[in-house]
Amino acid sequence: MADTPQLVMDERIKQISPMRRALIRPELGGIVGTVAVFVFFGLFAFDSGMFNSQGIMNWSVVSAQFMIIAVGACLLMIAGEFDLSVGSMIGFAGMMIAIFGVTLGWPMWIAILVTFALCVSIGALNGFIVVRTGLPSFIVTLAFLFILRGFTIFLPQTIERKTIIGGIREAAEGDWLANLFGGTIGKGLFTWMGEAGMIATFERGTRAGEPVVDGIPMLIVWALGLVAVGHVLLTRTRFGNWIFAAGGDAEAARNSGVPVNRVKITMFMFTAFCATVFAACQVMEFGSAGADRGLLKEFEAIIAVVIGGALLTGGYGSVIGAALGALIFGVVQQGLFFAGVESSLFRVFLGVILLFAVILNTYIRRIITGER
Amino acid sequence: MSDPLIQMKNIEKHFGSVIALAGVSVDIHAGECHCLLGDNGAGKSTFIKTLSGVHKPTKGEILFEGRDMHFADPRDAIAAGIATVHQHLAMIPLMSVSRNFFMGNEPVRKVGPFSFFDHDLANRVTMTEMEKMGIVLRGPDQAVGTLSGGERQTVAIARAVHFGARVLILDEPTSALGVRQTANVLATIDKVRKQGVAVVFITHNVRHAMAVGDRFTVLNRGRTYGTALRGEITPEELQDMMAGGQELATLEGSLGTTV
Repeated sequence: MADTPQLVMDERIKQISPMRRALIRPELGGIVGTVAVFVFFGLFAFDSGMFNSQGIMNWSVVSAQFMIIAVGACLLMIAGEFDLSVGSMIGFAGMMIAIFGVTLGWPMWIAILVTFALCVSIGALNGFIVVRTGLPSFIVTLAFLFILRGFTIFLPQTIERKTIIGGIREAAEGDWLANLFGGTIGKGLFTWMGEAGMIATFERGTRAGEPVVDGIPMLIVWALGLVAVGHVLLTRTRFGNWIFAAGGDAEAARNSGVPVNRVKITMFMFTAFCATVFAACQVMEFGSAGADRGLLKEFEAIIAVVIGGALLTGGYGSVIGAALGALIFGVVQQGLFFAGVESSLFRVFLGVILLFAVILNTYIRRIITGER
Repeated sequence: MSDPLIQMKNIEKHFGSVIALAGVSVDIHAGECHCLLGDNGAGKSTFIKTLSGVHKPTKGEILFEGRDMHFADPRDAIAAGIATVHQHLAMIPLMSVSRNFFMGNEPVRKVGPFSFFDHDLANRVTMTEMEKMGIVLRGPDQAVGTLSGGERQTVAIARAVHFGARVLILDEPTSALGVRQTANVLATIDKVRKQGVAVVFITHNVRHAMAVGDRFTVLNRGRTYGTALRGEITPEELQDMMAGGQELATLEGSLGTTV
């Protein structure tokens, strides 16, 4: 029994080349997809203005929108749950900001903070119901998809007799917190780039000489910030290990002392937070809140996450991958427009990318877990 | 003979009208492997859950180092140094060995106000602990899913011991394993025992029990039939006690061999 342990390499374990090892990562599908998409549009839409300053800003903003909700959906999916109420939450959060800030006339920063508190609490309620009842989060959050959307239509109709509330931009004028969502940064840099002739400037009118793109929208700053925070949280912290464990096998995690319920509820709250960030940026940009905002966003978030290599059943995935998935999503959606392709074909293109990315990701995952 | 680390005296556990344990007495000594044998339905699982703090006994007392112990929940038992390695629910296949090893006990490194998972330390410790147990990893980032069943058990045992387990409860660690993997797990039990840890080895395989056991207790229909020391009992006697004797003897007669 007590033989000395034989520390020889098992002859049946094949050596893996460094190249292959470097490639085997959850983000590979997303990386390949991103390169493919940029090569494709570089070839077919290069002269269309897609890669000048306005073009880049155009698809960057759309991608950043997807990224914000994808980060939340990604961490939640890795923790083993879904949130189908993200889209309704976006509409609801935007509407609440409008009702608090415009209808009730509260200072915008109070309206935004109260909305954040309210929406994150609803996220916590989602999570609480899921961990308490043990029901699939699919069903629980589907219920909230309808509940929140219902309120988003009911409230403005009852209060204002319309489904769109405007005047947010005026109400938010000079508000410090609203600028955190609606403003832009880097004006000086862009003005300098415009003067230096690196980016396009207005040639006529009152703004002649000013750059067409005058700064980076806060939306993009939020997206990159959330991706960075999400990535570090997931891969570099103790809580990140708990997220993987909770989604990988909740029972095994509990046996090892991981507070699985707390992790899951926190992730539902984070997803709600991301949806509210999305909504706040959107209402500041549009200047209005509409009852139909955020429709189908939950699926777009999930698609971005899955393209990014996360496993639908939880326990595996990458925030960077999800961000690349969102980038692919945004570039394809806007790129087809630039390339002059009939816009209905966007869905075909997206479906094909989704299918290929998932097949590739499944293959990578099997290599990692030793199934082949 | 040292005093037992844990004494369980006349433990009874009732679930409604069902009497799962009807008087179980077991002494567990440090540095020994105590084999708990029993057929399906004998009450092995209930017994382990009582010892590891999942269930509270209906009657009877548990003494830990001579003192009365009451565990409110499994975390109490873990804090007291009683670790349970479950047959299936121990490891997460999609996660790396080192992430699994430190699951729930992640080492952190402070950088300003933030604390980060100390991957370097985790990886280093994992590699040395695995080497001690005789498992060669491709790297600490290798997924647990690529390990064999026996290796997974070994990782789980090494983890429990590393985090200060004084009593290690192994719930049928060999039941789903092949011959070679079983040998590895039994060798691990032997190593752990030599480090002074008390091992409670639950099995229904008499040969596995005989290979490493210092003491043998048979559970049958919720009762213990007394404890035998190594050398005092033959495998055949153990087998008979587990099965309740009579029927199996008749069956063996007609099959012409031991079951």
